[in-house]
Amino acid sequence: MANEEMEQLVSSEYKQGFVTDIESYTLPPGLDEDVIRYISSKKEEPQWLLDWRLEAFALWKEMHDPQAWANIEYPKIDYQAVSYYSAPGAKDKNAPKSLDEVDPKLLETFEKLGIPLHERAALAGVRGVAVDAVFDSVSVGTTFKKELAEAGVIFCSISEAVQNHPELVKKYLGTVVSKTDNFYAALNAAVFTDGSFVFVPKGVTCPMELSTYFRINAANTGQFERTLIICEEGAQVSYLEGCTAPMRDENQLHAAVVELVALDDAYIKYSTVQNWYPGDEEGLGGIYNFVTKRGDCRGDRSKISWTQVETGSAITWKYPSCILRGKDSVGEFYSVAVTNNFQQADTGTKMIHLGEGSRSTIISKGISAGRSNQSYRGLVKILPSAKNARNFTQCDSLLLGDKCGAHTFPYQEIGNASAQVEHEATTSKIGEDQLFYCMQRGISEEDSVNMIVNGFCKDVFQELPMEFAVEAEALLNVSLEGAVG
Amino acid sequence: MKHYAQVFEAFNQGADDGWLKSQRIAAFARFEHLGFPTPAIEYWKYTDTKALAKRDFKLATDYDQQAAQQLMADKGLQLDAYQLVFVDGLLCKELSNLEGIQDAVVIEPLSQALATELELTSGMMGRLAGIDVDVFTALNFAFVSEGVVVRVGNNQKVDKPLLVTYLSTATEEAVMSHPRILIAAGASSELQLIEHFIGAEEAKNFTNRVVEGVMERNAKIHHTLLQQPSDKEWWVGRIQIEQKRDSRYTSHQMNLGGKLVRDDLVCDLNGTGAECDFAGLLFGRNRQHMDIHTLVNHNAPLTNSFETYKTIMNDRASGVFNSMVIVKKDSQKIQAVQNNANLLLSDQALINAKPELEIYADDVKCAHGATTGQLDMDALFFLRSRGIGEEEARGLLTLAFANEVIDKLELPAIYNLVETAVAGQLPHKIELDLIQ
Repeated sequence: MANEEMEQLVSSEYKQGFVTDIESYTLPPGLDEDVIRYISSKKEEPQWLLDWRLEAFALWKEMHDPQAWANIEYPKIDYQAVSYYSAPGAKDKNAPKSLDEVDPKLLETFEKLGIPLHERAALAGVRGVAVDAVFDSVSVGTTFKKELAEAGVIFCSISEAVQNHPELVKKYLGTVVSKTDNFYAALNAAVFTDGSFVFVPKGVTCPMELSTYFRINAANTGQFERTLIICEEGAQVSYLEGCTAPMRDENQLHAAVVELVALDDAYIKYSTVQNWYPGDEEGLGGIYNFVTKRGDCRGDRSKISWTQVETGSAITWKYPSCILRGKDSVGEFYSVAVTNNFQQADTGTKMIHLGEGSRSTIISKGISAGRSNQSYRGLVKILPSAKNARNFTQCDSLLLGDKCGAHTFPYQEIGNASAQVEHEATTSKIGEDQLFYCMQRGISEEDSVNMIVNGFCKDVFQELPMEFAVEAEALLNVSLEGAVG
Repeated sequence: MKHYAQVFEAFNQGADDGWLKSQRIAAFARFEHLGFPTPAIEYWKYTDTKALAKRDFKLATDYDQQAAQQLMADKGLQLDAYQLVFVDGLLCKELSNLEGIQDAVVIEPLSQALATELELTSGMMGRLAGIDVDVFTALNFAFVSEGVVVRVGNNQKVDKPLLVTYLSTATEEAVMSHPRILIAAGASSELQLIEHFIGAEEAKNFTNRVVEGVMERNAKIHHTLLQQPSDKEWWVGRIQIEQKRDSRYTSHQMNLGGKLVRDDLVCDLNGTGAECDFAGLLFGRNRQHMDIHTLVNHNAPLTNSFETYKTIMNDRASGVFNSMVIVKKDSQKIQAVQNNANLLLSDQALINAKPELEIYADDVKCAHGATTGQLDMDALFFLRSRGIGEEEARGLLTLAFANEVIDKLELPAIYNLVETAVAGQLPHKIELDLIQ
């Protein structure tokens, strides 16, 4: 490939890296009980939730950074230097009541990111996707609320849910990821701001895809959202999540918690396209993405499916997991993780089998390029109660370049003779034969590599909802630009 | 801990001042500093040594000659080989036989080597398995006094296998032994080493054995470990091998006995073309706990490693398989294959498997596979449809599962011994057709 062309590709920018110039109120950096009280009062939360937060904070202070065991490296984070609340608008301004009241600048931002918040514009698309847009610490607006309400589906920000459906929040919050689960989950429980709340009642199939778009804008802040999705008996929902952030030289912290609850025969499909700012070619800046995601298949025959495409973040530390409690419940995990330059990722899943006949599938594809390091860390645990449990795991790694690393740490804990567990893993580079074959058919090297890489990831992309699959493929190509040559 | 300190003081007091004494003191300090590992340490996640730490083991000063001879006759391996026999950690001259060793090959007890060739021996000791490697390795160093030193000259093939037998007798008070084997394999040399651990049914001793081996260019070592002491024994072992250019190390680990077993095998592939090939079987019953850890460091390009491990766990036994392959930066053209299959015969049995890869080079072919399950129902049905009873069919299939590893044992005497032992441990006895 011509050098010029190559350089152009390498210098291709993170397209979502702009900053929205908007008046915002940001709490001064620091974390103490007053900050938590402020967040809680700002959201007009009931006393029990404030107590819950304070309890989590007390526990968090006793805990240690999990830096020791994960295969990632970063300087110690000063949690007192981060601001825990930032909202667009002046300090005393109340949150907008409807989309019409939202600052046009914000709408413009999401427009620019390809997330139309005007329902009419959205409807012009192939089909409707209801969106909850979260900007720093607050939800800007949620579309298609009316249509969803008609079907009985509740889709709103978690702050609204605390106001309008406190009984549901109280019943399910923290039941999947407890506040003591881990360091970042405890931190999140103490300071979480916004996030989405989805409740699909018994027997309802959600009429449209639900989606949340997370945007970090303000400097020196962290985003700590909390998402809670509940599917009652026989209900179904497909939920998508996207995220971006501006380019900054400082690292920003994102510590989210996602909890999914599936009752009998329910089906939750959770897809993520994670494209936080990954830092520049020198490894400067980028988001620290320390996320706890867990689904609880509480009911018999329930199913939870995680699909993730991870291309962004300076560091990803994330293990979307399934607790397969119900009889014949199903857990799935499909993941493509791409790291380039100095990115680090330690990601994977946990499948905990408790129910008889529970099944799980794990397909993980890792691509490392540049000087990045990537680890797959997964646990398959089969308890004695999980008779005839079944697991299939495949994790493949592709190395592009000789300065990157790919690691696999699969844990299997099998305590049942009737269980069947299979694990396969391979690590290799792109086959020279494959590359030669494509190139001798007149396809350029860059295109050939893209094609082969896309083929490598196909098993996972197939699982994504259509709109996301297209975006994911494009994202993959951008992330790897300049990685081969 | 306090107990160990007392035993150590009494043990090291009598020693002459010098290199060994100071090394032992440093090693013991290291052991005291680290303490017995707990599951909170990732490397010991699945093996709890709490029960081991509670026991007070003595050092043997004497042993029952007759009991040793009887044990050897009953359970020992009948093989035309150079023989060294240790009883409760002490050398048994009567049962050992090193006659007729060719020139340019040295095989001698460690105590003798330390007395006559301290400088040479001290250069070999602790180079690979130093006190920083692991707490048990440090403990071994602190109490090191007996073992084997093997030095094979360049271009020498040791004409007979070296068989080291460790006997554990039923003593009034449980004893511990810390044997250490030091190997220096010269360029293009060849050595076959067989280690056999056996003991009396009532023996409750603790064995903590360390092997250190340096292999020069094109050297070959075939190492067979037959670990079958009584089910009341505590057994910890570590093998550390350094391989230079084009050397080849093969290991067959047969872990069949012991109450708590922890077996570590580490190969550093430091020269181009070096290769290691591990095969192992863990067969646990009752409340046995068996833990095997392997680590291969691909420090040079064009190195290969192959691993095949099978575990069978019955009753309330628990097994751990953890293998790690690390490919260093710039170690290109690597092939690494890890195969692990686990069979659970009971609902109370437990298996924890963790085949890990850590790769920093791109031109590599690394693959691992791990499966856990029960016997194939179709195969069982097939056998039963041919008129074989269910119990026997299960036995046959379990043995067939183990056979993939047992088949790799080349010497008929060893093959027969292992197959008989495995068949004897099956829940249902089956008839064997042994090799003559």
